[in-house]
Amino acid sequence: MYAQMVKTEAKRVKSREEMTPEEAAFQDRIEAGEKIEPKDWMPEGYRRTLIRQIGQHAHSEIVGQLPEGNWITRAPTLERKAILLAKVQDEAGHGLYLYSAAETLGVSRDALIAKLHDGSMKYSSIFNYPTLTWADIGAVGWLVDGAAIMNQVPLQRTSYGPYSRAMIRICKEESFHQRQGYDILIKMCLKGTPAQKAMAQDALNRFWYPSLMMFGPSDKDSVHSAQSMAWKIKINTNDELRQKFVDQTVPQAEYLGLTVPDPDLTWNEDKGGYDFTEPDWAEFYAVLAGNGPCNRERMAARVAAWEDGAWFREGLMAHARKAAKRGVAAE
Amino acid sequence: MSSEWPLWEIFIRGQHGLNHRHVGSLHAPDAEMAIRHARDVYTRRNEGVSIWAVKSDDIVASAPSEKGPLFDPSNSKVYRHPTFFDIPDEAGHM
Ligand SMILES: [Fe+2]
Ligand SMILES: [Fe+2]
Repeated sequence: MYAQMVKTEAKRVKSREEMTPEEAAFQDRIEAGEKIEPKDWMPEGYRRTLIRQIGQHAHSEIVGQLPEGNWITRAPTLERKAILLAKVQDEAGHGLYLYSAAETLGVSRDALIAKLHDGSMKYSSIFNYPTLTWADIGAVGWLVDGAAIMNQVPLQRTSYGPYSRAMIRICKEESFHQRQGYDILIKMCLKGTPAQKAMAQDALNRFWYPSLMMFGPSDKDSVHSAQSMAWKIKINTNDELRQKFVDQTVPQAEYLGLTVPDPDLTWNEDKGGYDFTEPDWAEFYAVLAGNGPCNRERMAARVAAWEDGAWFREGLMAHARKAAKRGVAAE
Repeated sequence: MSSEWPLWEIFIRGQHGLNHRHVGSLHAPDAEMAIRHARDVYTRRNEGVSIWAVKSDDIVASAPSEKGPLFDPSNSKVYRHPTFFDIPDEAGHM
């Protein structure tokens, strides 16, 4: 998802007998549905896993602005430009909420950003794909924000209070994101020219499998899930969410008159869901390792924004210090 | 010297007549910028009519370990609730 393959440092979940009294009391609170707050006792593994997960999620929100930002100056109308700008601004806010949640665990935002820039922290694989046409902006809102919603709605119930509250704020804004994307595609597919519809089909063709990858590897290959689920920092398995996403999205594609690029996609009456082709996991691991179509470009843009903004951040701090001094002197 | 902007806690009054409520935090170099940033992220959809910004370092919090001593004593003081008292119906509305 926005946080894919988060390591928990645990090979397997501890049994009750192996837990210290503190760990057992902590697990009881989680199972009773209590929220864990920043100053409460927590296992080190829980704290560190959350920093990685929330940090990765925050980085995804911020890096995720780049593929869409590419189209702000190219949007077809002033109204679409204003809408896209609002959507991209929201994503900056999501990054802020999540960095703030991570900071309650005792890590600074600058330290997290430094780890993103030196490559030791990741962001979602999806943002390493290019947005080549205006239809891609429709597909990103519809599919990428749609997949994010699938994951974030259950995370509103996560055990860590600040993370849960950030998720609640974010979810309120996400449905605007998905709808504005789908609305772009309605215009192109149902009210547009054949060339525009073909452009939308091309966007779906390119974004379908990368969107399915957002949920992370198949459950059988997902080694850290059990501990994260016991801690309620992961609520559903990767395959459960992927299935839900496919079941919800296929009828939406049909409404647009688009074809999902999967010849084996079939409705399975018994399970009440679609059978579908899994994404190419080799591609997924290659993208995570830094070798997707846009990894270098994305990181270069992030690092440049950070470095080019340093004089401004420092200048405002210098001004604030000076003003504070003057204030003290005037008293 | 660190150039990381300090952290602020943001409180928003949703409507006239209501209390300010904590909505989240943000980084800003000074109070004026904290209010501007709070406007930009926390009142994008008519969420508020007033903003308070407080430096996170200035917030004093009770410790989780004090939860018992601080809050348990009120458990036994049920007479603080109006429902503790039986007022006869004949006395009328009270
Ligand atoms: Fe977001
Ligand atoms: Fe979004």
